[in-house]
Amino acid sequence: MSYFSDIFEGIKTLLTGMSVTGKYFLNSRKGTITQQYPDNRETLKMFDRFRGEVIMPHDEENRHRCTGCQKCEIACPNGTIEIIWDRGIDEDTGKKKKKIDQFVYHLSMCTMCGLCIDVCPTDAIEWGQNFENSVYDRTALTRVLNKPGSKLMPGVED
Amino acid sequence: MIKALSITKGIHDWLYSSMSENMAYLVEMILIALVYLAIFAIAGLFLVLIERRVAAWFQLRIGPNRVGFQGLLQTMADALKLLSKELTGTEKADKFLYNLAPYFVIITSLMALAVIPFTQDFHAFDINIGILFLIAISSIGVIGILLGGWSSNNKFALIGAMRSGVQTISYELSVGLSLLTMILITGTLQLSEIVEVQKNGWLIVQGHIPAIIAFMIFMIAGTAETNRAPFDMAEAESELGAGFHTEYSGMKFAYFFLAEFINMFIIAAIATTVFFGAWLSPFGITESIPILGVFWFLAKAMILVFLMMWFRWTFPRLRVDQLLTLEWKYLLPLNLMNIVLMALIVWQNLTIQL
Repeated sequence: MSYFSDIFEGIKTLLTGMSVTGKYFLNSRKGTITQQYPDNRETLKMFDRFRGEVIMPHDEENRHRCTGCQKCEIACPNGTIEIIWDRGIDEDTGKKKKKIDQFVYHLSMCTMCGLCIDVCPTDAIEWGQNFENSVYDRTALTRVLNKPGSKLMPGVED
Repeated sequence: MIKALSITKGIHDWLYSSMSENMAYLVEMILIALVYLAIFAIAGLFLVLIERRVAAWFQLRIGPNRVGFQGLLQTMADALKLLSKELTGTEKADKFLYNLAPYFVIITSLMALAVIPFTQDFHAFDINIGILFLIAISSIGVIGILLGGWSSNNKFALIGAMRSGVQTISYELSVGLSLLTMILITGTLQLSEIVEVQKNGWLIVQGHIPAIIAFMIFMIAGTAETNRAPFDMAEAESELGAGFHTEYSGMKFAYFFLAEFINMFIIAAIATTVFFGAWLSPFGITESIPILGVFWFLAKAMILVFLMMWFRWTFPRLRVDQLLTLEWKYLLPLNLMNIVLMALIVWQNLTIQL
């Protein structure tokens, strides 16, 4: 007589499924996952793992952590990163030392693969959450990541 | 045959006084047809909107809420877009049948709408074989689907149409037999008399256990007959493109689409009439205001429509063999047993009369 017990089992499992979706339906107002984007532009905060663009953080004294080792430039599969470097006199030791002049980042060529960020030994670059990158001229997508007059943060190379 | 609405009594009298009897009859028929066409279009668009909003809420989304207040004009805009689209077709399609198919589908659902008792007087075509008419009409609709799939010269459309044929022919049996179970209580096929009988309590109360079983079978078979998920193998987007209407575009596609939603409403309306007392208010609380019958009818039908949407967004699609197993091995034998049970109950006067 498994025929009838199968029917009752079937009805029970169907009702279980319906109660699950019914709970979702009743909680739809609170639990909505849709972002109504242009309306909530002021309050919208992208999650930390979002890969929008590569940025180079500077501290309040306009210092970054990039030593100009060029590992990111070598790691990049598309030639997105170009480091223009120079040799200058180090203030503490008085020796000649490599330092970056311009960290050029072509956003238009970047595929957000993240290899440059993985390879960076001093964590000088990281992901930014900005995603509004549309411009009228693509030259605007070529950015210099280090701010003018910025210096290397002391102690990074140790 | 045509019961004039009490509101339209004036128009009725004016027509008969101003022209010959045959002419007035014809004009009146055309007017009623136009009213029902308007109901058809508005209800179809409204149901599409409800479906989209309810689907969104089930999936924790928001759904269309931009066009008009809370998206009320969204489906109107969609219909306008579909009107302006080019009507494409396949090269070697059977042009005559290809163009005929959408009208089969839409006319059958429109005809079924005519016999539904919205309220005491709002009932266009009250024939004495109402239920039989509804069952017959709802099975003609499948011809449109078969023709559409066959004539569009596309293998996916053909597979969809054939599946739809298999499905509708099987599930018609369950729809018919579950309604037959209830007819054992009412003793009549006329929809207005079925409502009369329910003044002593809705049939789902009167018939208690077998009525509830019949209702469950009717809802399952009705969902299958309208080709809705989880029985939407005629369309099966992930398998067949769009199934039988793959090759249709523009307004012809919209006809199929609207007819699907109207059919869903018709199944809900039949269930409301046969099981839940049609326009009768619960415990007769608004019996003195007959016009509220429309409200009660639509409220009950909408709850059942919501139930069908709930099915759609909960259950995964069945395979063809599972579908046929469900019908021939489970629903049909249960239905036959249920009829015997109902016959015993009616014979022994065990129905609950309030």
